[in-house]
Amino acid sequence: MDIFIQQLINGLTLGSVYAVVALGYTMVYGIIQLINFAHGELVMIGAMVAFTLIGVLAPTGMHPLVVVLVATGCSVPVCMLIGYAMERLAYRPLRRAPRLAPLITAIGVSIILQHLALLVWSRNNLAFPQIIKTESYHIGGATITNIQIAIMCMSLVMMAGLALLVYRTRLGTAMRATAQNAQVAGLMGIDINRMIAATFVIGAALAAVAGVMVGSYYGIAHYQMGALLGLKAFSAAVLGGIGNLPGAMLGGLLLGVVEALGAGYIGDLTGDVFGSNYQDVFAFLVLIAVLVFRPSGLLGERVGDRA
Amino acid sequence: MKFLPGNPALRWAAVALIGLVLVALPFALSQVGTAWVRITNLAILFTLLALGLNIVVGFAGLLDLGYVAFYAVGAYVYALLASPHFGLHLPFWVILPIGAATAALFGLLLGAPTLKLRGDYLAIVTLGFGEIVRIFLNNLARPVNITNGPQGISGIDPFRIGSVSFAKTDTVFGVMVSGPMKYYWLLLLVLVAVIAINLRLQNSRIGRAWEAVREDEIAARAMGIDTTKIKLLAFAMGASFGGVAGGMFAAIQGFISPESFVLVESIMVVSMVVLGGMGNIWGVILGALLLSFAPEILRYTVEPLQKAAFGKMLVEPEVLRMLIFGFSLVLVMLFRPAGLLPSAVRRRELAARGEGELAERKA
Repeated sequence: MDIFIQQLINGLTLGSVYAVVALGYTMVYGIIQLINFAHGELVMIGAMVAFTLIGVLAPTGMHPLVVVLVATGCSVPVCMLIGYAMERLAYRPLRRAPRLAPLITAIGVSIILQHLALLVWSRNNLAFPQIIKTESYHIGGATITNIQIAIMCMSLVMMAGLALLVYRTRLGTAMRATAQNAQVAGLMGIDINRMIAATFVIGAALAAVAGVMVGSYYGIAHYQMGALLGLKAFSAAVLGGIGNLPGAMLGGLLLGVVEALGAGYIGDLTGDVFGSNYQDVFAFLVLIAVLVFRPSGLLGERVGDRA
Repeated sequence: MKFLPGNPALRWAAVALIGLVLVALPFALSQVGTAWVRITNLAILFTLLALGLNIVVGFAGLLDLGYVAFYAVGAYVYALLASPHFGLHLPFWVILPIGAATAALFGLLLGAPTLKLRGDYLAIVTLGFGEIVRIFLNNLARPVNITNGPQGISGIDPFRIGSVSFAKTDTVFGVMVSGPMKYYWLLLLVLVAVIAINLRLQNSRIGRAWEAVREDEIAARAMGIDTTKIKLLAFAMGASFGGVAGGMFAAIQGFISPESFVLVESIMVVSMVVLGGMGNIWGVILGALLLSFAPEILRYTVEPLQKAAFGKMLVEPEVLRMLIFGFSLVLVMLFRPAGLLPSAVRRRELAARGEGELAERKA
């Protein structure tokens, strides 16, 4: 039972990161039906920029919390800028092209960002500075750290903020209108290009914060850290129903829990034939299972065969 | 083959000349260094892979980002059946078909549940599949040691015909024939066969069905094409080519490990197909050769250039190569969406689309 609660806590922490990243995928997909392969790289760049800034600011003797906030505050606009550039240069010219074309440029953008990051930050595992002291609290037989609590709270705040933005503001209404029918939204006087750019930029901002969270959770940043994380977040978005915001949140949390519980129990369940080194397989199995049995996801409408 | 002269006699002469040059090539290359023969061999292997993937991506229009999984399956089948790992030493002409069949089976396994999905979902699922295969190869060392985990399998048998081993240097009529040269000729033979199969496929009933599915799946179904079956066929066929290439890779290298079958390899093959021209066999070959030789060319040009200009290496050739891959994917899609050598159909389509849009705008 202790293991269960512990894995549940770990799963929820990881899941809330997945959820934040999945929101970026799902928003972009909702508005232009593109799987933005490069979204995971934004998470990586967010982590990397924060890593550099924390390294620079930490020795100045500022309060650790201020350092982290400043670092996050700088990585967010950097990622927003990259997100905007990505949309403007690589995706917008191809909006009318066959579906395969933007997907291929997305892969290209992802490779470019990864290797530019490699040039700037080297190919080594960078130890994310642990400037905030980790404190553990005990619940039952399980422990939860202040970093885990912070990650979950931050994710909740961001999800709530995004929900407010999308469902309660003029910008959000215009974005939803564009997602429903871009042509008609254009006729209603909405600048579609701006709305699509805004979607990318907001997704990028979320990705940057997620990058800082992942970096401080695992204590490591690496130029390829975004790829697998992005894939899992995409799986989470599909699990919840792609294009659907509450779906992405639910899917992220669920995937995190499935992964953590799976990794915790697979050894016992299979008599140690499989071990926790199969952890990364779960996300893909969930993805394939969802696509086969319920392509619309848990909360999504049926979009499975729109060609 | 439009670039060949129309006159039949000239045509055959040209083909014979190209053939002669290709057969004699390793002698010229080994003058520069045996390493270049090996590099050429790897380039041919990648061309085989690109041609296999071209069936899936170019002909049938299904983006497969996990293609390297089939390459891995072929390589591991060869390694397990011809190495001291299990003590099996079957001859290569027995194993290669087994490898092709196993890879095709994996293709069906992956395709069956996913081919009902839209194209972009398929891309992600295939990507995930590639990763799953790699994770299994990495971990299937216990409880029963099948793949030997991250250490990989070594001591894989080279090809052997009768008493002639492909790993040793022989002297035939006073001419030194090294192992890589023998592999080169074998690879060339396989490549010619694969090109022939591809050319015949493209204009066959199946090839036209693939094209129809790629262009408009609903219309294709209305024409009586069993779309799921025809897409599965593309998947299985592409996979089997990957399996054959994998088997040859295992034999040539003599050692394989999961390291060789990472996502980047899949993306590299996709880049080759896209850069050269999806659906055009000659374009794909061009793309594959360009991108396989790129790192070597970069190594010999960029390194000295940087050392001369800055006194040290700023950008490693490997990184530069990946950047070139990335930019080529983006720029080709933006400015030359049909690739360097577009297929005739694609060119027609794109021209038609341009005119259509113009007409739309005028109206």
